[in-house]
Amino acid sequence: MTLKISQAHIDAILEQSCVEYPDEACGVILGPLGKDRALRLKPMINAAHSPTFYEFDPKDLLSLYREVDDNDEEIVVIYHSHTETEAYPSRTDIAYAGEPGAHYVLVSTREEIAPATEFRSYRIIDGVVTEEEVSISE
Amino acid sequence: MTTAIEVRIPTILRPYTKEQKVVAASGETLSAVIANLDVQYPGISERLLENGALRRFINLYVNDEDVRFLGGLEAPVKNGDSITILPAVAGG
Repeated sequence: MTLKISQAHIDAILEQSCVEYPDEACGVILGPLGKDRALRLKPMINAAHSPTFYEFDPKDLLSLYREVDDNDEEIVVIYHSHTETEAYPSRTDIAYAGEPGAHYVLVSTREEIAPATEFRSYRIIDGVVTEEEVSISE
Repeated sequence: MTTAIEVRIPTILRPYTKEQKVVAASGETLSAVIANLDVQYPGISERLLENGALRRFINLYVNDEDVRFLGGLEAPVKNGDSITILPAVAGG
């Protein structure tokens, strides 16, 4: 599997992660149903406002799914930032991963490497994490 | 018996409902509806409940209201109501 994503979306996600630091940033990219095309970036509020946890507010979550249904879209990408650790799914990320069809994107804002340059994508299905290639389109 | 409560099933639980997105169930409380769902789709309640409580990473809504504000599993439901099940989008 490969995540196809535009450089503009990557830049926007990394920028959002820096702006919301030291809290984790989160959001989704939506696209037409069944097409696996990440087209419409939708940053979400981290209701946990935490450097170690993120969560979509339950009301926002419901609105998001209603919007996706009404527009015949799907959630193509679910992304969030890790503030001080590697851009790799944590145990909590794996336990919560509830969208088997989504690309789970992790970015990291940690300082020890150049900050906010790590951008990686995974499938998380039944507790199994598989990293995938990120292919950048213009 | 009428089965007039609509339950919207998230992708991750559709293997239990033969890939149906919306199913019908009956019951006067959320707890009873989940029990009824489990009779129709065995195993589904285990994905919603843990030690008799709602799982932390599942969100349930009755008519678009989060059930945590409606009494949780004891939330009353009636024919014509719509229940939505969504996996939390969360992590560490």
